[in-house]
Formats: sequence, C-alpha cells, structure tokens
Amino acid sequence: MKPLPLIVQAFRDPPRIAAFSLAEWDLLLRQAAVANLGAALFYLAEQEGVLAAVPAQARAHLDWSRVRGERHRQAVRFEVREIRRALAGLGLPLILMKGAAYAAAARAPAPGRLFSDIDIMVPKERLGDVEAALMLHGWASGHTDAYDQRYYREWMHELPPMQHIKRQSLIDVHHAILPETAADRPDPHKLRAATVAVGDDEGLRVFAPADMVLHSAVHLFYDGEFGKGLRDLIDIHRLLLEFGREPGFWAALPRRAAELELARPLFYALRYSARLLGTPVPDEVMAGQAGRPPAPLLALMDALFLRALLPMHASCTGRLSGTARFLLYLRGNWLRMPPLLLARHLFHKAFISPRTQQDA
Amino acid sequence: MTLLSSLSRDEVGRRLHHGGLRLQTGEFTFRIQSGIPSVAEGISLLYADYPLAPQDQFADFHVSLQSAGGVRRWWRRQVLFDNDGHAPFKPLPLAQAFPMLEWGLNFCVSNRVNGYLIFHAAVVEKGGRTAILPAPSGSGKSTLCAALVSRGGWRLLSDELALVRLDTGELTPLPRPVSLKNASIGIMRGYAPDAVFSREVHDTVKGSVAHMKAPAASVARAREPARPGWIVFPQYQVGTVATLTPVAPAEAFMRLAGNAFNYDLLGAAGFDTLGRLTDAAPAHEFTYSSLDEALALFSRLAAGEL
Repeated sequence: MKPLPLIVQAFRDPPRIAAFSLAEWDLLLRQAAVANLGAALFYLAEQEGVLAAVPAQARAHLDWSRVRGERHRQAVRFEVREIRRALAGLGLPLILMKGAAYAAAARAPAPGRLFSDIDIMVPKERLGDVEAALMLHGWASGHTDAYDQRYYREWMHELPPMQHIKRQSLIDVHHAILPETAADRPDPHKLRAATVAVGDDEGLRVFAPADMVLHSAVHLFYDGEFGKGLRDLIDIHRLLLEFGREPGFWAALPRRAAELELARPLFYALRYSARLLGTPVPDEVMAGQAGRPPAPLLALMDALFLRALLPMHASCTGRLSGTARFLLYLRGNWLRMPPLLLARHLFHKAFISPRTQQDA
Repeated sequence: MTLLSSLSRDEVGRRLHHGGLRLQTGEFTFRIQSGIPSVAEGISLLYADYPLAPQDQFADFHVSLQSAGGVRRWWRRQVLFDNDGHAPFKPLPLAQAFPMLEWGLNFCVSNRVNGYLIFHAAVVEKGGRTAILPAPSGSGKSTLCAALVSRGGWRLLSDELALVRLDTGELTPLPRPVSLKNASIGIMRGYAPDAVFSREVHDTVKGSVAHMKAPAASVARAREPARPGWIVFPQYQVGTVATLTPVAPAEAFMRLAGNAFNYDLLGAAGFDTLGRLTDAAPAHEFTYSSLDEALALFSRLAAGEL
C-alpha cells in the first residue's frame, strides 16, 4: 500500500506535525485546503503544542485558516441563537445535528471544523409548524421547482434546504436521519428520546454519544459524495477518541447500532477510521461486529472506500480513484431509494427538471 | 537571489511547461504551470526583475493555466485557470490567457490571505508614506497609479490589492504589473514611452487590456512595507482641474469596508484595522483630467504642502 497522504498522517499521528519539512508542508497545506481541513489543522497543531515548530511560510497559511475557523465559530453561535429565537414559541427543544452539534456541545471534532449548513431535527408531525416559524423569521426554501419540492417532502428525511434571505445561512430541517425511501429506517423517536442537553440548557440538545457516532457513520457511508469524506471520517475518529474514554461506551455502541438497524454503517466507520486514522477500537468490538459484510463485498468496499475517503487532490488520487467515487455515487443513490424510484428520479433530473443558469 | 531575467525565454517556457516556475512577488511565492506560449511571453516580459523561489521547496499558491480539453482543442480554443485542482473561474478565450493569469493571482491572494485587511485599491509610496487609491473599475485608478510610478517618482506597492497588516497597520507591497484598460493603454504608452507594456488583448470582460511592467526599483523593494499616508478616491472627469476635497474619516471607513474582500471575515480585527487606517490617513476625493496636474498635486501632497 502507498504511504498515507500527509494530511491523513497529520491527523493519525499529531506529533508528526512537528517533523514535517518545508517541502512536505507545501503538499500538506494543499491537501488540507482541498479537504477543507485547513482550519482544523491549525487547531490540531495548537492542541499538540507544535505551532512553534511549523516553518514560518507554512505557519502563515495556518494562521490565515484560523481566521476562517474563528469567524465560522462566531457565525454558527449566532445562527443557532437566531434559529432558537425563531422556534421559541413551538414548545420544542432545538436538536442540533452534525457540525452544529459538535460546535454547540464542544465535542472533539469542533475546533476548525467548517460546514455550510446547520442541521436540526424535529418530529415529523411538527415539520409544518417549524417550517412556518422559520419562514416568518426570514428563511425560505430555494427549491421552487415542483418536482424538487415533492422529492424532498415525499421521499426524503428533510425539508428542502432553507436559506436566510439576508444572511444566506442555510438550515436543513430533518425529521429522520435516513430518507423515507431507504431500506433501513432508524427510528427517529428513539434518537430524539435519547438526546442530551448542552450543559444545563434543556432547550438545546444534541444526540447521545453513541447516536452521534452512528449518525456521523450513516451520513458518511450512506452518502454518494466523498468530497468531504476525509473530514467526516476525522469527525468519527475524534468522536470515538473522546467518547471511547467514557466507561461503558464501547459496550453500548454496537448494541445501539443493532437497535437502530445501523450495524453496517458502524462497521464501515470503525473499520476505515481504524485503517486510515489509527482509531483505537477495542478488539472485541471490531471482531464481534454484526454489520460485517461477506468477504467478497468487503474486499470491494475496501477497494472503494480506501480510495474515495482520501482528499480529492492530485497527490492522493490514483488510476482507480475516479471509478471508485463513481461507483460509490451509484451506491449512495441505490441505498437511498428503491431501484424503480431511483430510475424515475434520475430520469426526471436528467430530462425534465428545468436547467438553472448554473447548470448550463 | 536569482532573478527570472537570468533564464532564457526558452527556459522560462520550459519551466512553465514542466514542473512549474516558482515566482516570488512580494511575500508570496506562486508556482505557475502553463503550456501556453502567450503566458510564457507575458511572464518573460513583465516579471524579468522578480526573484525565483527555490524549486521543490514551498509555494504559497500552485496555479496553472492550460488550454481546455475536449472539442475546445479544435474549436474556439479556451484557457482554464486552476488553483491546485480548483477552478474558480469559467474558461476564457485562449487569447486572454495572460490577463487571466493576473486576475487569478489576485484571486489567490484576496481569497486566502487573512493576515491582512485586503481591499481593492492601488497603493504607491513616497518618503515612507503610502497613498492608497481605492476605486471601483473605471475610475481612473490604474492610469493614475501607472503615471505616479512611471513619472512621478512614487514606488509601486500594488495596482490592485491594498494589504494592510492587522498587527502593525502598515501596507505590505505586492508589486505586480499594472493593469490598463481601453483608452488608458494608449494614454500610458504616450505618457511613459520608456515603460514596457504587454501585448494588448481585446474583447475581455473589461474591454481591451494591457499590462505595464512594474518599475524594477519597486520590485527590488518588494519586502519593504510602508506606513499609511493618505487615502485618495480618484475620479477621472473630462475637463476638470485637479482638485482634492476632504472626506470625513467615517465616510472613508464605510467606503473602504465596502471595497474590502475580507472585512466581514476578519470580524473585530478588520474593524480595528480599518479604524486605525482611516485615523492615520486623511481621506480625499480627487477629480482630475490631466495626468501632469495630478502628478504635481501628488508631489505637493507628499511634501506636506496640502
């Protein structure tokens, strides 16, 4: 196997950061930029106490990225406050997911993690109320096409993304973590019931530790797009490092995965996090996994994921990277919709949906 | 330090085509790759005085300009600007390759470099103090800048990007070719006949474009920052006498914030830096129609007579 890309080495073995040569920094920063990990790399070096060892030219880039990370953190705090204000009258707690949850609850993946939308979860029967409240406070759906509206509302696990008309901030309102059309349907009630408060603030909640890992795994390994794959795998790695120190976590995680029908994505998450990032997963958890696919399928998945999870930078891609990404794109769609519906959907998108200016 | 002029024209083309040419402009090193002859020609002509950075060490930005593939190889050939795998712009006709390189390099700096408050302005220096000339396109900023640095005895810090250091409030040089558009090209050829100009490129989004080589003395002092002196909003206006009109600091602040690339991103640091700048440098509107008059007035400004 080829040596791991420098950006993977940095997150796998943070003390290594102090030893990178100037020429290595040249490549490392480029890999970090394409994987959207520049700001995260700054905070990693800071946590590790090795900023002073970074050559001046590279250090400047890290400092520039820190500015972006800092600004992002402020913006997320502000948006969360605004969303909360918008939903205040509904008698619902605000449940944050993914990046916004890591930021609000100060979880390990948060420092320098950049994301473009805030994901929240609400009960399906309250979707209408939530949408109306957000619209009253300036968020509107950009998808005006009737087909898109129907696609989201009938088949997906979320409303069409809503964007604030003044600040351009994006919210994804979810009622589940997988589409209505997917074969696996983790029960949203169970996820919501297990949420934990952020600090003493009962009205602001995030998924329980095991669920947070599982959602991260579902998001990455059910998706068809891997442009941010490495960033998402690093999330999983860091959540596992953090929660793995808590007593009982490793015993509870596979149990919870079985309960939510998410043994397979958990298997992939643990496998590739350990393979690429060296996550210390206990042997008994790794060995006794219900989600392990049959050997030929696993060999194929190894071939695909170990390519697609690397940054989309010329220095990290090989002859088969493009093919791997394409096959995983097909797989992602396949998992989200039954074949006939998928065929119909792709046909509609290709030939019937009006082209926007950007596509043309 | 090796200058680009030590390489033959063929060697410049060869490096651009294979492995990339590492060019030092101010604090930033660009690794440029291109197989396009007009790019090699423009770089050889306008960047002769710039230092080359060591090969295979470190570059701040890795850019390439290549002809687009596919049928475009045969029909209406196009050029694509690539920033290490990311293409921020749509392709342009192949003839516009060199202007596209200049726009692309500006994009790299304004999009990434957050150690400075960056706004769209020309910056020139005399006696250690800088005149900052912010302006939207078409205000005569570049023409005035070109005149000041070619005949007015001012040093060129930048024609496009004012880089204000967040810690010291000083202006950091990024001397690169001065971009001239439409009628200014002919005017400057007449006004500064000794200056070096790139080939004129027509039908760009900005009309006809040509670049004037930065004075060698300005390039040699590219690592030497300067204090803020004056903020001058230029406006070319046919038939006017050169006139300076004071602008209140608060108004200058708002106008510069609106011209800045990363004001929002910098948050409090951007606010503080811009506040210090508008406190330190008195601001003026400047209308002019004659470059001679403009230069005379700028000399008096530098001499402290205004």
